[in-house]
This record gives sequence, C-alpha cells and structure tokens, in this order.
Amino acid sequence: METMRVQSVTPNDMPWKIKYDASRCTLCGSCVAACSFRAIECKVERRRMVFSEGELPDPQQRFSAVPVIRQVKDIQHYCRGCGICEKVCPNDAISPERNQDTRHPIITRCLGGDSIKRGGRKNLESSVRTLDKLRIGRISQMTDPSLDAQRHSFDMLAPFGRILPAETLPFSVDNNDNLQVEDSMPPVRWIYPVVIGDMSIGALSWRMWEAVAMAVAYLNEECGMPVRMCSGEGGVPVRLLKSKYLKYMILQIASGHFGWNRIAKAMPYMVEDPAGILIKIGQGAKPGDGGLLQAGKVAEHIQAIRGVPKADLLSPPNHQGLYSIEESVQKMFLSFNAAFKFRVPVAIKVAASATSVSVFNNLVRDPYNIVGGFFLDGIDGGTGAAHEVSLDHTGHPIVSKLRDCYQAATAQGRQGQIPLWAAGGLGKTGDLAADAFKMMCLGANGVFTGKLILQMAGCVGNDMGRCNACNTGLCPVGITTQESALVHRLDVDRVAQNIVNYFLAMDTEFKKLMAPIGNSSLPVGRSDALISTDRAVADRLDIQYVC
Amino acid sequence: MCRIGAIKSSNYVHPSQALKLMESQQKGHDNSGFAMVMHDLGGIFENYKHLPTLSMACTDEGLKLAEDIMHEAGFQRVMQWVPETDPQPGLDIHAMPNYVFETFDYPRYFRNGEQQEKEELLLDMRLKLRKALEENEQGFVYSFWPDVVTLKEIGDPRDIGTYFKLWTPDDKFTAKVITAQCRQNTNYDIVRYAAHPFFMQGYTALANGENTFYLKNVEAQRKLHRGYIGFESDSQCFLYTLHYVHRELRWPLRYYKHVVTPLPFDDIERREDKEQLLALRQSLAHLEINGPNTIIGVLPDFTMFTCCDAKKLRPVVIGRTDDTVVISSEVCGINDILPDRDWETDIYPHEREIVAIDNNLEVQRWRQ
Repeated sequence: METMRVQSVTPNDMPWKIKYDASRCTLCGSCVAACSFRAIECKVERRRMVFSEGELPDPQQRFSAVPVIRQVKDIQHYCRGCGICEKVCPNDAISPERNQDTRHPIITRCLGGDSIKRGGRKNLESSVRTLDKLRIGRISQMTDPSLDAQRHSFDMLAPFGRILPAETLPFSVDNNDNLQVEDSMPPVRWIYPVVIGDMSIGALSWRMWEAVAMAVAYLNEECGMPVRMCSGEGGVPVRLLKSKYLKYMILQIASGHFGWNRIAKAMPYMVEDPAGILIKIGQGAKPGDGGLLQAGKVAEHIQAIRGVPKADLLSPPNHQGLYSIEESVQKMFLSFNAAFKFRVPVAIKVAASATSVSVFNNLVRDPYNIVGGFFLDGIDGGTGAAHEVSLDHTGHPIVSKLRDCYQAATAQGRQGQIPLWAAGGLGKTGDLAADAFKMMCLGANGVFTGKLILQMAGCVGNDMGRCNACNTGLCPVGITTQESALVHRLDVDRVAQNIVNYFLAMDTEFKKLMAPIGNSSLPVGRSDALISTDRAVADRLDIQYVC
Repeated sequence: MCRIGAIKSSNYVHPSQALKLMESQQKGHDNSGFAMVMHDLGGIFENYKHLPTLSMACTDEGLKLAEDIMHEAGFQRVMQWVPETDPQPGLDIHAMPNYVFETFDYPRYFRNGEQQEKEELLLDMRLKLRKALEENEQGFVYSFWPDVVTLKEIGDPRDIGTYFKLWTPDDKFTAKVITAQCRQNTNYDIVRYAAHPFFMQGYTALANGENTFYLKNVEAQRKLHRGYIGFESDSQCFLYTLHYVHRELRWPLRYYKHVVTPLPFDDIERREDKEQLLALRQSLAHLEINGPNTIIGVLPDFTMFTCCDAKKLRPVVIGRTDDTVVISSEVCGINDILPDRDWETDIYPHEREIVAIDNNLEVQRWRQ
C-alpha cells in the first residue's frame, strides 16, 4: 500500500472531474486526441478479477492489464469542462462533471506561486441582470398607432463621429434660401448600431478573425447593413489594409501600440479610409489590467503582424505617454485625426468606472470637437485573457453608468454630441436586440459586442466557469488559439454564416421592438418607453416603476 | 384625436369663422376646450399693430399683480379691451374671472431700441408674468406680442363661443390669420397652457397627433432657450423647434421639415445637399419627431404653413378661394366656411412637403 500523500493533486481538487464509463468505452482514443488541454490520458490499469470455475466454489484471482481513459492529475493540465471529449465520444462513455468541492483556487496559487489567469468571463454574480428587469412598456395604442415591423420602413443607423451643436454648424443661407456649407465639419459615419467589438488578431485565431471580417463584408455588400468591426489591438493583415474592405474596419490602438507599425506603413497604399479609429484606454471585463497575450499564442504570423518576438505581450493598463485628459485629447486624438487628414472619426474606449462621468464630461467639453465617440465598456463581457482577480473582482456594470453619462450630457444640453456606445454583457442571454434596444432607450447611440460573436462561432465557455481558457492558446473550438490543428476545427464559412444570420435575425427583432413604440428611427434617449417592476432599478435609471 | 384649423385671408375675419370651421369636426374631438391665436389684427387693434398686446386670463389679484409688474417695468397701457361676456346658466365653461387684452407702449428707454432687443424684452416680460401668476393659479399669460391675441378656455367650444359672444360676427375683433383648436389636453393634465395653439415671439404652432419623441425633444429643448418652458403638451415641442430653427438658427422654413422629419439616410445620400442634410439631421437628432402628426404653423411675417409626420398618419386638407385659404383636419369644416370654392383645387399634402401660404395667399408646395 502506498503512503498517503495529502499534498498530491487528485481529480477531486480540480474544478471538473471526468466521468468515465469503461464498460461503454471502445478505446477509440478520440477523446484523448481531441482534448486540447491534455486533461485526459490513456492509462493501463491493473485489475483483479476473482472467479470460480469448478462445481464447488473455488475462488481464484486473475490480474489483467486494462487500457482506460483517466483524468490527468496535474494542475498544468486540469480539465476545463469544455466537453469536447463528450462531443467526440461515439458511445457517450465520457463527460466532464462540475466538482463542487474543488480546491482549485487555492492549490493553483500554492503550486504556481503566481496569480491565476484565465479567459475573460465573470463568474461571480448570478443574480437577475438589470436589463432583464426592464420591459418596453410604452406601447402605442389608438392615438399614436403602432408601426408595422414588416411593412413600414425604419431608419436604423447610429452616428460615429463628433457631432457639432446646431448653432455652430458652418452654414450660410444663399440667395435661393438654401443652406450652404462654409467650412469643414468633423467626420461622422452613420453605421449599424451594433459594432463587432474589438477582438484582436492574436487573441482570436486567424480563421476566427477572418470569419468575422468575412461576415462583416457580407453584411455590408450583400445585406445592405453597414456593420463595422473593430480590429482590436493587434494590427490588421496588410492585405486587408490595402483592400477596399478596410472601410468596414475600425482600427484600434491601445497602450501596447501593437500592429501600428504596419498600419502606419500601409497608409500610403490604402485605397479606402478605415471606418474609424478607436483609442482603447481600458476594457470593462478587466479594468486596470491591460491586454495580455501569452507567449503560447504568439505564433509566427502574430509576430509578423505585431512586429514582436515570441514572448508574453502585455498592453500596459495605461498609456505611458498620457497623463491627463487634456493631453490625451491634444496628443492622441489630434494626431490620429491628422494622420487621416481629418476624414476618419476617432473615438475612445474606456472601462465603465465610478469616474466615467468625469471622463465623459471632460471629453464632451473639449473645445476642439475631435473626440468622435465614447465607447463605454462595462463588466460582464470580455473575451481576452486576464488575471482572475481582475476578472472576478474589478469592474462596473454598464447599465447605470451609461445612463449617468447620458444624463450628464442632457443636463448640459450636449446629448448626442459625443455618441455613446455601450458594451458589457449585452446579449448575454442570447438576445442582443432586446438588450441593445433598452440601452438605446437609456441613452446609448449604439452598442458593441464581442463575447456573443464568439458564441455564434461555437464557443463553449460560459459564466459558470466552463472552459474559459482563452488565455491558454488551447481553445478547443479553434476560436482563441493559434495552434494549427485546433484552428482547423473552426469552419470559417459556417462561422461567417452564423454571424450574418444572427445579424439578420437581430435586425428583424429591432423592428419588432421599434414598431410598438411608434418609432421609425432608433429610440435613443426614449427612457419613457421603459418600465421596471423593480423600484430600485426604476429609481436609479429614472424610468417608470410599475407593479 | 385633435382637430385643428387655420384661416388666412386678405380680409379681416371674425373668430366666428373659426368656430364654424371647427364645429362640424366636433365628432372628432371631445369638445373639451377652445383655443385660438389671431395674427395680423383688425378692428379695435388695427391702429396698434406696432405695439405689443398682452393676452391673459386671470383672477382679480392676478390682474393687479400683472399690471404692477408691467408698470414697474415701464410699460404704459395705451388700450384695453375686455370682451363682453354672456354668462348664461348651463354653459359648459370653466371661465376665469377676467379676460384681458391690453396693448402697451414700450418703456421709454426701449422705444428707439433695436427690434431684436424689444423682442427679447417682450419674451422676458411674458415669462416673468407667467411665473408671477403661476402661484395659486392667479392667471395664465398666453401671449405678449404686437399684432397678436390669444384666447384659451376650458369647456365646450360652442359654449365658449356663446360666453364670449363670438358667434355673432362684428368688425371689432378680427384678424387676417386665425388658428384654432377645440380640445383640451388629453395626454396630460388639463391646464389652460396645455391647449394649442402655442405661441412664442411671433411663432404659432398647433398640431394634431402624438409626438412619441416628446421626452427626447423636451430634454433637448430645455437647454436650448430660456423661453422653452412648460411642456404641458407634447405639441409644444413643435413650436419650440420651429422657433429654434427659424428664429435662432435663422434657417429658411423648409429646413424645419428636415429637422422634424428628416429624410431617410438612403435618400439623403442621393441628394446634392447631402452634407448639409446629414449635418443638420445629426446635430438636431433630438428635435426629430416621431409618431403621427399634422402641424400648422404661423411665422412672425404671417406666413402660414402645414406639414405632416414622415408616414402621413394624420389628415390635413387645404381649401382656398381668391381671398381666403383654410387649412383644416377635415374637409367638412372647410366646406362650411368656403362652400363655394372649387374643391378640385383642394390640396391634400403628402408626408414629404411643406405647404406654405404667403401674404399674397400664394400657395407654395416645397418638396422636402
């Protein structure tokens, strides 16, 4: 008998335990081959069998070596519960099971001496979402007839770019009573109110990124929906930079400036302007924690695009050269505006925070009119890798913060001058149209989404701690990995098709929500259309409480 | 649903015509009030066109309070007209004790002032009076402007007409432009201020419909101008936007239509003036209206116009003779006051135009 070693790691210490039925297993090996985390392995077990063959009981024993599948008892290769083994097993012989008694948070720190990192999902709260406590309760009846979602036309575009107050528009009236433009105005693009949020090529596999880009091009070229995709911080393939499809891309720059060397060098060869520039200051799922691309994911093509060696790539949590809002406005916004000759709107993305309104106020009052969008990112979303402590314990919900910013703008008579774009757990229940619509009623011009796009592609992760291994480069469905074998699990065309179909469905659902409140353009600021049965939510958001 | 009507004539017209215009449309409204604004006045006001007339309904205390304020500000009364009333028993009217139409001369130091300064003063005075009389509902100040009088009352429009003896035409109380509406507010509280037509600095607007962008409009307008107050009715927003676009921004009237019901983005893209149209659409997105509406408006130069929501969800018709043009929700009202007109020339405006009538009664249709 072996000596008991208390400190040894066993499956019971892990967040997931493998449930294996040897009697159903055909030993085909598919599960072991498919498990990207190497969390299961083939082993041979010594089995003892007692038998009796004579007329009278004559127990004998026999030992045999039996090949089986076993969970790896190693903290490096613990099971993430992704369920790929179950997916590939022809006989339902294996599946992961959540382990309530896991000691994972403790032993990982004890054994590793390092903070825990994982993919961007928040696992803490599981109460009802604020957005699910809101209903669209102002239904047009009688005096203001509802519109017909199928028959009427709807104008569903949102601004991206700095909007001047009407009294400062450079207009004159000519002799024929026509308004004439006397001077240049900041560029404003009217785009679909759902932007595909910034997931970098690097965080995503090249096939996933390509699938999103394909879907965006298709939505624009074939479906007439001006959907824009933000590149994320990590550059853009040069071929795309020089193609006409660049006009559908919002280029992101963040504190790591990854990929911008190539972008800058491609500028003379661009045949189209990009849709916009998004300066990322922070992200909602892990505010205060910069971007993190672990060395394992820095494949050759990523090194090329970003111009870096194979090493952990960290975007610092702040822009090293910027110390104040005034400075950021002058340096960063102005330089990017100037880089594209003031033809491309430049916006900012910040994490929702207790201080968001101050930041927004500073920007909305800037006299240069060059900040073309306030992308406010709340907790509850996120796709990237980060320290678990940041994911689980920092962040600010988006709903009330977006509302605060809108109300701050309204109080100053400046609503709409810097378009508000919101994100953070929107579409979490699968229903982005409803979430987006409610956010617009609360004051958002549009929303952006990332995680939901991954789910459209087949991401198996969830908020209950399933998978969440985006940081490892071992994504079992080929979405957030650069391992060739894993990436090829992803069917690019199917992913693009899923995204396109989802947007088409969502578009119909937007109309089904706009019609009953009698609006043919987006209901930005129509908080009168919302009700809540939760008094605290109603009071906080300044909407009607109902019971 | 509201019914709205407006008369513009080259002759002076008595309010009995407005009552008649609205009478046959009464099945479409609920007979809960009567309100009218008269521009370009005749009769007893004809010689005082250049001086502002105060229109208000008030209690005795309210009247004293208002006169003290006017006196203190240096305004000197040059004319007063108190309409004779006929308080028969059984009339459905919630009458105020006093209806006052007083014409004032400007304070001495303003008499030679710039027109703009005078106009701002008149607005400030109206706002001041309104505020002073608001307490305990001592009075309602409807307009204070040259060549304009306003009357608003709660009750059955026929009885209100009887009470003020407006059914009997005379040549003392007339105007070349009269706008009228026969319904008190139904969406919000019944207060006299909530009845259209609404008036501000020479602009009048009245509407039939529901502005589903009311909240957006209100939130934006509150910060645009000190005079944009009240918001007792969603239709007030139409007036304030008209005032803002035409007076504050000094844009031609046609652009009012582009602000309240902007062209769809696809249509703007095909226009030569797309840069302007897009800029104004985005800068004034919060003044866009939605929902079913017909608007009638009057400008300070007495141009009268009408336009509709972008889906043409409310009716309006324009009938005319050589000396009179009438805009109304229903054609039956026009038939009553212009029975001999050529109805084949009636105009039923569509959703993408403004129909404007100038002082020569020329009808212009501006396609958006």
